[in-house]
Amino acid sequence: MSEAKGLKSWLTTTDHKRIGLLYFWTAFVFFLIGGVEALMIRAQLARPDSQLVGAETYNQLFTMHGTTMVFLALMPLGAAFFNFIVPLQIGARDVVFPRLNAFSYWVFLLGGLFMNASWFLPGHPAPDGGWFGYATLTERQFSPGPNIDFWLLGLQILGIASLAAGFNFIVTILNLRAPGMKMMRLPVFSWMTLVTSFLIITAFPVITVALVFLMFDRVFGTHFYLPAAGGDPVLWQHLFWVFGHPEVYILILPAMGVVSEVLPTFSRKPLFGYTVVVYSGVLIGFMGWGVWSHHMFSVGLGPIADSVFALTTMLIAIPTGVKIFNWLATLWGGQIRLTTAMCFALGFIALFTIGGLSGITHASPPADLQQTDTYYVVAHFHYVLFGGTIMGLFAGMYYWWPKMTGRLLSEPLGILHFWLTFIGMNLTFFPMHLIGLLGMPRRIYTYSTDLGLDRMNLWSSIGAFTIGLGMVVFVYNMWRTRRHGAVAGPNPWGGATLEWATSSPPPVHNFDVIPTVTSRMPLWDAQPPAKAPAEPVHVPPGSWWPLVAAAGLPVMALAPLTHTVWIVFVGAAILLYGIYRWAYEPFEV
Amino acid sequence: MSHAATTHHTSMGLDSRKMAFWAFIGSECLLFGTLISTYLIYQGRSVSGPTPGEILNIPVTSISTFDLLMSSLWMVLALAAVQRGDMKWAKVWLLGVAIGGAIFLGFQVYEFTSFVHEGLTLKTNLFGATFFVLTGTHGAHVTVGVLWMLTLWYRAMRGKLGPQHAVTVEIAGLYWHFVDVVWIAIFTLVYLLHK
Amino acid sequence: MEETKAVEHAHPTAGTYLRVAAILTVLTVIEVGVFYVPAFHPFLAPVLLFLSAVKFAIVVMFYMHLKMDSRFFTLVFGGPLLLASAVMLGLLFLYGVLTLGH
Repeated sequence: MSEAKGLKSWLTTTDHKRIGLLYFWTAFVFFLIGGVEALMIRAQLARPDSQLVGAETYNQLFTMHGTTMVFLALMPLGAAFFNFIVPLQIGARDVVFPRLNAFSYWVFLLGGLFMNASWFLPGHPAPDGGWFGYATLTERQFSPGPNIDFWLLGLQILGIASLAAGFNFIVTILNLRAPGMKMMRLPVFSWMTLVTSFLIITAFPVITVALVFLMFDRVFGTHFYLPAAGGDPVLWQHLFWVFGHPEVYILILPAMGVVSEVLPTFSRKPLFGYTVVVYSGVLIGFMGWGVWSHHMFSVGLGPIADSVFALTTMLIAIPTGVKIFNWLATLWGGQIRLTTAMCFALGFIALFTIGGLSGITHASPPADLQQTDTYYVVAHFHYVLFGGTIMGLFAGMYYWWPKMTGRLLSEPLGILHFWLTFIGMNLTFFPMHLIGLLGMPRRIYTYSTDLGLDRMNLWSSIGAFTIGLGMVVFVYNMWRTRRHGAVAGPNPWGGATLEWATSSPPPVHNFDVIPTVTSRMPLWDAQPPAKAPAEPVHVPPGSWWPLVAAAGLPVMALAPLTHTVWIVFVGAAILLYGIYRWAYEPFEV
Repeated sequence: MSHAATTHHTSMGLDSRKMAFWAFIGSECLLFGTLISTYLIYQGRSVSGPTPGEILNIPVTSISTFDLLMSSLWMVLALAAVQRGDMKWAKVWLLGVAIGGAIFLGFQVYEFTSFVHEGLTLKTNLFGATFFVLTGTHGAHVTVGVLWMLTLWYRAMRGKLGPQHAVTVEIAGLYWHFVDVVWIAIFTLVYLLHK
Repeated sequence: MEETKAVEHAHPTAGTYLRVAAILTVLTVIEVGVFYVPAFHPFLAPVLLFLSAVKFAIVVMFYMHLKMDSRFFTLVFGGPLLLASAVMLGLLFLYGVLTLGH
């Protein structure tokens, strides 16, 4: 039962639990980096006419803050839970393709490092075109340096990581469920992982193509987005947002899944309307494809396009709202326990709803013309992504920490973290609704006192540092828990789903005996299966090849960056060699 | 070993690798769909330079299209051979697929180089950009397919491929046929329906 | 990984494959033929789109075995295919490449 230790065992791991931990720590570090970038933004904007950072650095800060948070923090934090928790929830011993899983992680790490390496080059040419990289600003003429190349290459690498994980989780959830685990008995978190995975495998190819076009424009002189040759910069916007809107559902659905697990556990009540919640999640996934041009209401698409997208955008509020009502109904009449996880889940409901309401106001093109490119939009998406996704992810962290580490995070410190975050978040972002409507544009490095918005900007900045303080408390909590945290049994919260039916942390083979499932809440409706006498369960070995293959990708990406073609072939050779050895090494799952 | 019922159980009774590969093919529909959409959006919008009507060679491309279609036939025959354990014919057909793919690529190289000589490059105009990126991406997929087939053929030659590996050959076939099917779309939309 | 119970069906014979290949050849010949016959030009687009859709379908159904395999694979492929088509149509409408009326 002893698990291998040491660096090599981690570099070659194919165990979903270890990969989940790797994702978690890497993503959390990137989250802190993105947070520091945010603090620098808010420090700069705390006062009018500030010269703390110059305009160019400011552009890099908001670009990297957004890109880091979306691709290097929020998505991988979700992936950390997909990895660690989903196989346990479905009663499996691992994912279907453990080495592909490892590959996803290494590609993620290398892609994140690649993009952030730009900070360390002379002149720190970090990406500076916004996380959405609009053409023609990102074309060579207006962005001659390597900044945008780092961005578009890094994202292409990261896209591969996400795609691979998407395929893995779809097949895992569909094909590796324990006996009796019918689809409509699947925990909501696993359902949302499934929907998210389908969104990933369909949306990421679109942005890949968009990025390839931009890369070709910049490196090979094509004119995909350049008007002089008949190209259309707006095509970038279409392709980016065809990806980008499903992407925001990729960001929120996992957090909604977490909330759907946490609320029932700490209400001691089953989720209200499980079927409806699941179908709403699926519907949101589908409908998310039909709304993309609501990000383009000020582009001049014409009244028909604007009306169609306004309608589809308003419609998507319906399944979203349905979920919120189901969560509230879950709480109603429940025996509420206000653990930290529960507080974050409740905070999610409140804050995500506020974000949803500002979202509805965006759905009207005339209203949106006033709101777009102002801080009102910044308020909206931070309420849904911070108030929504991040609060949901923190709920997941406090909830699943004991399962993943064997120890419970301190509740008093957790509650402190919660309040600092909740208060800080509202202090930071609520005023932005107002300053936005009062005329404060986005993406400006400073502003004049004549706008009359000094005080509210200062409040936002104070709020941001309050959030930062909350994060310090959390980091201290994590560190302290390693030695002083209460040791957790298999089911410290009295949860209903299968991840609680094994020790904390689970043994390397997850379950001594794969349970047979007869209900949606196996631990509430039946006794956990009696432990069979220990018999050896085969666990797949580690492998170097996912790491080797992954390494080929950043090498390939060096080619456009250094303007040398042959490097592409070296990188491709590494990738193909790694894949060949991976395909043909003996590996029994 | 009592793990058979547990570790090899599949909830849907379907081969996981096949399921994953069909999902991958679904994903590729979005990739090629975006490339094709861009091609169609930009059709007729080139400001200068050669146009499709002036430069596309339908007769020659019809031959390469036919070649690719036939290679799909060799592929299903290869799979059938592997499934019945007839490795002698499996090697023949697998090599045939690889050669068929290589011939297609040869035609494509010929086409690309002659277009460049006639003044159409990536940079020339939107037609050049969209044409070369779309068909080039397809060609890159064919190249990967040829390498895949050669790898299978090589393993068969070393006696390391047999009927127990039929699913992996089937998956290689799915890839190959999909690449063929994308070409069917491209041949019609780019070549036959050019403006 | 082996199946405990595979949902596989009898594979088509070489004869079926050859027949499909013959049909594909004939359809391609017709496509190219239609392209070269001026009289067909008013219907060029719908005819060619229809013919290539048929080719697409028979390769997928028979060579890729989708017709005989689990309906689930059809879903996993068909869903994204439909999505890609819908997004493509959306973009073509937005760019005026396709229009309703006139």
